[in-house]
Amino acid sequence: MTAVPTRALPVPGTPRRAGNTVIALAILVVLLFPLYWMLNIALQPGESLAATRWLPTSAGWDNFQRALSSQGGSLVTSLVVAVGAVVVCLALAAPAAYALAQFGMRSGRAIVFATLITQMVPGIVIANALYSAYVDLGLVNSTLGLILADASLGLPFSIVLLRAFMVSIPREVVEAALVDGANRFTAFVRIVLPMSRNALINAGLFTFLFAWSDFMFALTLNTTDDVKPITLSMYEYIGAHVSDWGAVMATAVVSAVPAAILLVVAQKYVAAGITGGSVK
Amino acid sequence: MTTTVTTAVPAPSAPAKPAGPARERRRATLLRWCFVAPAALYMLAFFGYPLVRNILMSFQHYTPQTYFTGESPFNGLDNWRGVFDNPLFAQSLWHTLIFTFGSLLGQFVLGLALAVFFSRRFRLSGFVRAVLLLPWLVPMVVSAVVWRKLLDQETGVLNTLLMDLHLTSSAIPWLSSPNVALFAAILVNVWIGIPFNMVILYGGLQEIPRDLYEAAALDGAGAWRTFRSLTLPLLRPVVTVVLILGFMSTVKILDLILALTGGGPADSTQTLGTLTYQLSFQQLDFGQGAVVGNVLVLVSAVFAVLYLRANRSDFGQGK
Repeated sequence: MTAVPTRALPVPGTPRRAGNTVIALAILVVLLFPLYWMLNIALQPGESLAATRWLPTSAGWDNFQRALSSQGGSLVTSLVVAVGAVVVCLALAAPAAYALAQFGMRSGRAIVFATLITQMVPGIVIANALYSAYVDLGLVNSTLGLILADASLGLPFSIVLLRAFMVSIPREVVEAALVDGANRFTAFVRIVLPMSRNALINAGLFTFLFAWSDFMFALTLNTTDDVKPITLSMYEYIGAHVSDWGAVMATAVVSAVPAAILLVVAQKYVAAGITGGSVK
Repeated sequence: MTTTVTTAVPAPSAPAKPAGPARERRRATLLRWCFVAPAALYMLAFFGYPLVRNILMSFQHYTPQTYFTGESPFNGLDNWRGVFDNPLFAQSLWHTLIFTFGSLLGQFVLGLALAVFFSRRFRLSGFVRAVLLLPWLVPMVVSAVVWRKLLDQETGVLNTLLMDLHLTSSAIPWLSSPNVALFAAILVNVWIGIPFNMVILYGGLQEIPRDLYEAAALDGAGAWRTFRSLTLPLLRPVVTVVLILGFMSTVKILDLILALTGGGPADSTQTLGTLTYQLSFQQLDFGQGAVVGNVLVLVSAVFAVLYLRANRSDFGQGK
């Protein structure tokens, strides 16, 4: 019944089960305390920082207003970059995954191998080489440059995830469309993509989150303030305003919002995504 | 709307198999490549090119002027010598290994404990498991910033708590003492990594057939005995995956350390990743940065090979 068998028989509704729920909630409280504390400080008006109260009894939005007025632009930048990265990533990953899943290409091993290689390459090594290439191509300090770099964070993962799903699409469905006069490409767009909607959402969500969380490319591929995502903006903010913890924490809360939304809206995809992307 | 299109397609129709002359087949191959080529080229540009380019760069002389003059002459082994003679390199390598193995140990043990615990059936189990993913989903820089506040020597809540509980008599300089900072960074990274370990190990536990546990229980095996002789051996492939993936993602961590300590105090949290960043993007010596980067790739590659060997049997099975 349980992974670790215990002496008690698993009778439904025994106190033992309630005990487990209590333990689980205790674990939750301990592990999520840092995030609670972030919210707590963000909600407290920053008059006395030495004595942060345990509860935001006199909650206010001052910190958020200060954070938004100085970081609003960065939030928009992050949003644009992350959405762009999702578009680029899915546009590349979906056809590739489809071909690998359905055309009988014996490339399963190659894919797993390639994903492994990409995980092996440290981001800073990519940034090191990319920076000089970007200088030559005029992509430094550009939104497009950042979008292209950030798309790389989700691409291998997306290919693996989409391929795993597309393997299960019956070939007859596509072949029937081909008989009806569609070519491979229209069959892909009209039949395969709609059928893969959930897998595409899953891959897209993760790519969005990876790009939104990206700090390294934001830090290394930008030398001016023209393109400054929220992660970079916050990093610079703690350098300059380390005493204004209220505003820093408010920014942190706002930057964590996509993660929270993902968890609430797409809860069932998240665990599947982590395991699916972990390349067994 | 789109779904009606799919369901309207008659599934069991006999596709006319065109007898394939060579030209037809070549066209088909070409078409296949049209689907794969964009992704393949992109991967080459963003993963293959940097790998090769860094090897070349490690033999080139870069200075802050390089980006005006465009000149980066080859200088043989100068960069390599420069890096290996720099005492900070050995230190960073050492810190990287401590940080990586410390993080892995903590993440794995706690992740496994949670995975085992949540395999029991009880109310809210699924909900709590889902919410516990948050630390892993939040951007690493955000986590680092939050922990900077939690670990602050004067105003941090961790010290307040420890002192209120009389566990320590004075405030611990988590991030400001060279003796403690690396440990603090590990602590934060363990916190970040627990969900990843938990989720994958939980998945592995679910795949172990239940009747094996019933058999073990009938044989009178206790909880610990069952865990050691049944759960752990059957979980082994998943454990390998978690540890190797964990290794590869931990060894290269940059954002966490940059935002938490910036490599300090007194270089006590400097790792190969932060050293690469410092050499390349702060001292603008991209050649020496590339050397450290290559070492980092090499360390990662050694473990990737171990991974491949360990998983040779079920390689390429997808999910």
